[in-house]
Amino acid sequence: MALEHADVLRAAHLARLGLTDDEAAHYQADLGRILEMVDRLQALDTEGVAPLAHPLDTTQRLRADEVTESDQRDRFQRSAPAVEQGLYLVPRVVE
Amino acid sequence: MQWETVIGLEVHVQLATRSKIFSGASTAFGAEPNTQACAVDLGLPGVLPVLNEQAVAMAVQFGLAIHAEIPEVSVFDRKNYFYPDLPKGYQTSQMYHPIVGPGEVEITLEDGSTRTIRVHHAHLEEDAGKSLHESFSDGMGHAMTGIDLNRAGTPLLEIVSEPDMRSAKEAAAYLKAIHSIVTYLGISDGNMAEGSMRCDVNVSVRPRGQETFGTRAEIKNVNSFRFVERAIEFEVERQIELIEDGGEVVQETRLYDPERDETRSMRTKEEANDYRYFPCPDLLPVVLDGAYVDHLRETLPELPADKRARFQDGLGLSAYDAGVLSASREMAEYFEAVKDACGDAKQAANWVQGELSGALNREGLAIGDSPVSARQLGELITRVMDDTINGKAAKQVFQALWNGQGESADAVIEAKGLKQVTDTAAIEAMIDQVIADSPAQVAQYRDAEPDKRGKMIGYFVGQVMKASRGTANPQQVNALLKEKLDALC
Repeated sequence: MALEHADVLRAAHLARLGLTDDEAAHYQADLGRILEMVDRLQALDTEGVAPLAHPLDTTQRLRADEVTESDQRDRFQRSAPAVEQGLYLVPRVVE
Repeated sequence: MQWETVIGLEVHVQLATRSKIFSGASTAFGAEPNTQACAVDLGLPGVLPVLNEQAVAMAVQFGLAIHAEIPEVSVFDRKNYFYPDLPKGYQTSQMYHPIVGPGEVEITLEDGSTRTIRVHHAHLEEDAGKSLHESFSDGMGHAMTGIDLNRAGTPLLEIVSEPDMRSAKEAAAYLKAIHSIVTYLGISDGNMAEGSMRCDVNVSVRPRGQETFGTRAEIKNVNSFRFVERAIEFEVERQIELIEDGGEVVQETRLYDPERDETRSMRTKEEANDYRYFPCPDLLPVVLDGAYVDHLRETLPELPADKRARFQDGLGLSAYDAGVLSASREMAEYFEAVKDACGDAKQAANWVQGELSGALNREGLAIGDSPVSARQLGELITRVMDDTINGKAAKQVFQALWNGQGESADAVIEAKGLKQVTDTAAIEAMIDQVIADSPAQVAQYRDAEPDKRGKMIGYFVGQVMKASRGTANPQQVNALLKEKLDALC
């Protein structure tokens, strides 16, 4: 599958990455090679092979439903650019 | 043209775990902002999620309750999007291998008839934080939004129905059935006002008889049974008018505004959502062995549909009574305790649905807050059934118990002297007195046509009951009065 310049820009936009045209061209080539690899994998006969959800051949451990965390708001908010009344402030997201 | 409505619901249920789905932070409601948002919930670098066993158990219990398939393996995926209340930049959810497979929910309509609504699947995911768009601003006067991440990471079970509902009433009945199942199971408090249950509604219309579905609109975040009904009714009318005027329904997300009772288009996004789901590398596949699922199956309580059937077929209640009394676990437990205390299901049903529900409604109380306990009410009914008190006195006893004027029905009966007078001699003495005191009425009775006398006897009954302060046995009073008055004619 060939990757267009516009595809790279769209993927970058979805990931909120600002790419210059030069960078986009670079990624177009880079990602293109990755997709070539995917095309080769797609061509393999996987009939009867169960899809793999995780490379580790083990299953999820579960934890008991217990409250183990304490309030560390002040520590966490020290690295926030703006806080008020205990809230993190961000540029307004609705009109 | 005849139109048919097609509705599917996505119900988000907050699971009643103590801690979050992937972290040990508390899920308690109403804490100070961000005091229950830990490093995992904030998506700080280097943290790893660990799945809460209780959230898994609750999801499986729900699946078993709707007779769903429980797949052996389920997988968590990342749903990627940017919003300030989602600090990680993705929501951990289940897209391709949900924890609960296809199942079905039985709904009961107002006329008592039932229908089965298919559930496509139910999956586990984490809730996002809350945005507060109040009057915050930065130093330069730019408006800011406040973010509280206490809710971030709260476990949600998203229950996705098939498009099986055909009216607003069916959708509301389905939502009520889900509410009743999750509260019976105790996996959620079901508090819609606090957002423990939220609902997205997919609505479309099509000409009656047409196979293919019309284009649907999705109404987001409807948070009460009543609003679900009203939002659908408005939306159906809007779509039909649009099509009949030559327009076309566009697939979009709309918001229901309860104050104006209408749905409005949310700002159309410049591009369609592209969540780029992929399996979450931080979480391994969840494997449930058969013994674990069987153990959960054994611990399931009796569910609303089974209880309703038992109330109707086993206890002989009407379909309506059985439906109302099994609608919530609290109501069902209260009713059964009353029934056990008095030994008569129909009397228990009448009292719980009549006097008690009336009083609760007047005071805006839930059954759990009833000042009259099930044992007290059961004892009161027993005293009516064994003729210790008559129906009129029973209402006084109920009122006294409601007001806290007595520990038990017997104590109130004793204190207020409400014990029914069944002693014939005592009743006769009262009747003789009333007849002696009412010469004019006795004369009228005597002069009346015999077929009119039946009605006229009411006056005398009233007087005798008054003389007995309501405690005389009304049947005896009636019979003895008739005998004595007719003897005078």
